[in-house]
Amino acid sequence: MVVSLPHFLTVAAILFTLGIFGIFLNRKNLIVILMSIELMLLAVNINFVAFSASLGDLVGQIFTMLVLTVAAAEAAIGLAIVVVFYRAHRSIAVEDINELKG
Amino acid sequence: MIAATLAFYLFAALAVIGALNVIFQKNPVHSVLWLIFTFFNGAGLFVLLGAEFVAMILVVVYVGAVAVLFLFVVMMLDINITVVREGFLKYLPAGLLVGGLLLAELVTVFIGWQISDNAEAMRAAPTPDPAVITNTEAIGQILYTDYVYVFQASGLILLVAMIGSIVLTHRSRQGVRKQVIADQNARRPQDTLEIVKVESGKGL
Repeated sequence: MVVSLPHFLTVAAILFTLGIFGIFLNRKNLIVILMSIELMLLAVNINFVAFSASLGDLVGQIFTMLVLTVAAAEAAIGLAIVVVFYRAHRSIAVEDINELKG
Repeated sequence: MIAATLAFYLFAALAVIGALNVIFQKNPVHSVLWLIFTFFNGAGLFVLLGAEFVAMILVVVYVGAVAVLFLFVVMMLDINITVVREGFLKYLPAGLLVGGLLLAELVTVFIGWQISDNAEAMRAAPTPDPAVITNTEAIGQILYTDYVYVFQASGLILLVAMIGSIVLTHRSRQGVRKQVIADQNARRPQDTLEIVKVESGKGL
């Protein structure tokens, strides 16, 4: 069986769904939620590169690098916010973040 | 061909196992290490697809920078591991519902979707023959010409992220005593010392 586009899309779909699971199941630790978002971005990147390779279009790989940049920036800002929140509240549990009562 | 197929299944299975462990590990430090593992396997998948440059960028940026950043923050914060797991079963139904719904949507799209007949003609930047121009060179040829604004914009995003995280986490501490060399040099003995002759038996 030759590996083709659907195989890669399936892996990406599984990783994306696992990222969603991670966000829903970890209600105690904000950092694991950030890691789940990174997993979802990895799934998106796999989709981009799989289509890029399948169609023979390099633009998909250019946009993968853009997604990587945004993911790195998001991780840096997100972790900075977590650190600031931890300094103020001595906790990073999601349930404690309810001051806005949204 | 069989080697490529085996490599695909190996990397795919390990990536999924890594992702599962990221979610289900008790200790956040272990989660970060499994995240690194997952990204390594993602890079392996990219190599299989012929995107070597992106694969190496993934390893350098994620394993070298983002994962280490995560590791630093996890170790900096004092998180109680036993408390972390509470309420897991409470949110399991909602998670399964949303995750299952999303997976169903992805499967629906996957079944109903097909590549357009003139997809070949609509390519913005057809990949050159890898035997003639390497992947890295081909990316460089379009990244710095057709997509230079995108490239510059990603640089700006990183700059804003850098400034933002410095502003967020920087704090000027109160009551920290710093060395002021001018003050030290301007200090004279007669300003601070007083020689007192104490007569015996009387005190000051």
